[in-house]
Amino acid sequence: MRAGVLRTGALSVRHVFSVRVGPVGFRIGSDWRAPIAALERVYAAYPAPHGGIADFSVRLFAARPWRRFVRPAVMIGGDYVLPEAAPLPLAQGLLAAEMGMNLQMALGQRHYLLLHAAVVEREGQAMILTGASGAGKSTLAALLSLRGWRLMADEFALIDPRTGLVHAFPRAVSLKNAGVATIAAEVPERRLGPLLAHTPKGTIRHLIPDTTAVAKMDCPARPAAILFPSFGYARATRAVLPSEVFVRLTQASTNYVALGERGFDTLTRMVTTLPAFAIDYPDTNTAIDQVEAAWAAL
Amino acid sequence: MGRAVDGWLLASVMRTPARAADLEAAGWTGLIAIARAEQMIGTLAARLQGLAVPAQVARILDDARTSAAQGQIAATWEAEVARRVLSHVGERLILLKGTAFAVAGLRAGLGRSIGDLDILVPKDALARVEAALLDAGWEWVKPDPYDDAYYRTWMHELPPLIHRDRDRMIDVHHTILPPTARITPDPVALLGDAVEIAPGMFALSPLDMLVHAAAHLLADGDLAGGMRNLWDVHCLIEECGTDGLEERARHHGLEREVARAVRLATALYGKEGSVGVVDRIYLFRLTARDEWGRATRPVTRMAFYIRSHWLRMPPGLLARHLWTKWRGGGAGPSSG
Amino acid sequence: MDGDDPRLTYRMARPETLSIVHLDSFSAVYHRASGITHLLAAPAPEILAALGEAGQTLPSLMARLGALYTLEDADAAALEARLDELVACGLVSCEPGL
Repeated sequence: MRAGVLRTGALSVRHVFSVRVGPVGFRIGSDWRAPIAALERVYAAYPAPHGGIADFSVRLFAARPWRRFVRPAVMIGGDYVLPEAAPLPLAQGLLAAEMGMNLQMALGQRHYLLLHAAVVEREGQAMILTGASGAGKSTLAALLSLRGWRLMADEFALIDPRTGLVHAFPRAVSLKNAGVATIAAEVPERRLGPLLAHTPKGTIRHLIPDTTAVAKMDCPARPAAILFPSFGYARATRAVLPSEVFVRLTQASTNYVALGERGFDTLTRMVTTLPAFAIDYPDTNTAIDQVEAAWAAL
Repeated sequence: MGRAVDGWLLASVMRTPARAADLEAAGWTGLIAIARAEQMIGTLAARLQGLAVPAQVARILDDARTSAAQGQIAATWEAEVARRVLSHVGERLILLKGTAFAVAGLRAGLGRSIGDLDILVPKDALARVEAALLDAGWEWVKPDPYDDAYYRTWMHELPPLIHRDRDRMIDVHHTILPPTARITPDPVALLGDAVEIAPGMFALSPLDMLVHAAAHLLADGDLAGGMRNLWDVHCLIEECGTDGLEERARHHGLEREVARAVRLATALYGKEGSVGVVDRIYLFRLTARDEWGRATRPVTRMAFYIRSHWLRMPPGLLARHLWTKWRGGGAGPSSG
Repeated sequence: MDGDDPRLTYRMARPETLSIVHLDSFSAVYHRASGITHLLAAPAPEILAALGEAGQTLPSLMARLGALYTLEDADAAALEARLDELVACGLVSCEPGL
């Protein structure tokens, strides 16, 4: 019985890719082959989700069935969605997939305190770089990963409330505009994803993390310092007061409120124990110098 | 599970948690996606607590339980703030739906996600309550005058208010169905039989909770969120029984809706009951999800959307409402 | 709130519902009952301490703060404004009657 007679065949999700980035498993389904092919290339070295069970599902789908073929526009869906999310052209399908994964983390992640931040590590010590979009986090993290640091994250730092450790989430680094050329000058073509022009955020190209970043992505690290980089100013480094760090980090977190007291305990522990610096920099080489100096002074 | 995955997967695991032991990776992934789409992941997690599940699933369910608990803290606090505000204008706080279940410690509240704060006040207190809420930091969500006039003229609640600091919505009802519905429940009886569930906080009597759940699902809504709503019904029946339910439902003019809600809840979550052809169409619509949590069966969905408007508004009003919505660039039901 | 009504009783949130971490000139306060975090600067913590759980009316609170901190020219309006902020954020409740 069970209403079986009435069932019409639902359209099946045509193309599927599953991947684990750090501790988080994703299942991405798409009405088109192209975004999945791009993901398969960028995430070729990454494992499947633990036990084959993804934490989050992302769907890339056509707004109307005929839009699979006519001016194909990619809608972003999944376990957690924003109703106002506008579609992207099919050529930007990889970006749509990345945005879908970001959305699941931002809206659905409850295991870790999530900070909108880049993270690099050396000798078990993690530097957390956070600040507003456009502050050059991603470019800086990518460059540091080419200067002997391990790339742990370029978008989200995952802090475990139980241990205070930061877990790696080394997704493909989303380079934007000027950052694209800066990094492309230093890495072979095979390390780069397709060039995505005219996206809502300008020109985007993904840097595929190096083998160390992927091989060590299950190794968490102890946070050692919090840096707030700001691009476009004369070189300056100043210590930031704990209350200001606290406010900035609550604003940089998408799930601080949802974590309740665990979030409060995690953040207050961080701001009362970790040194924090605002780093103004005129160019990326200066910024790297300042990060090295901060690390050396720990 | 040898057949295509749909909402029945979630229903069967909710009914018999031990069935989860048969699930393989794909089954778990589908179950989790469907439970999230139905906003029942916390309820599922509460139901499966203590059961042996794969490590990855255990983590997801553990997070869902913690998340639901935190959500209930926030929801309960909204109720407390509303209680304080209403105390200044001499009104009792009568909670409806999820917040009532959670504060009362009912089984229906276990792991339940709670969105807006829904409260019931006497119709003649609406203006006072509205003024007190506005004074305490709530603001109108919709500045659009058409929507506002629509609510005030045709709905059973104030236009939704949102708190400017806490970003939480409150729905202030004066009865449980809009005046445009053909059925007019008895608000005096609802208010009169309300019971105190915490100091200064009241809820409808258990029978009226059941009547309200049925009215909300079958006489007011487009069945969206129906699986969760029927889980509420199932839990209320299990915990509070159905003695006197038929008579109470008749008193409110909702005997058909209540009887159907009981049959549907039993079919989904209870012991195998007998359902007729019409019930099966409801169940078909209620369980329309695929293993990605996608809403399937769009034709049935649209039919229920139109039907729900029909139930709440006389036909001329429906046309006027839709026209204003279309002209304003609004859309019909989302294809989720 | 109608703070000029001397019959209103102000009460602090129960201490076991608060987690307080002193950061610098600010204190971070987690309110367990609401799940909301507050960042408080002086004199908010002092007002909270003086209120206590038993509750005070505005005149009695003025007298108490005056005694505790030897306030020279206690400003009722300013105190009331601070109190209203604490009421609005939920760390203090304000209800009719004792």
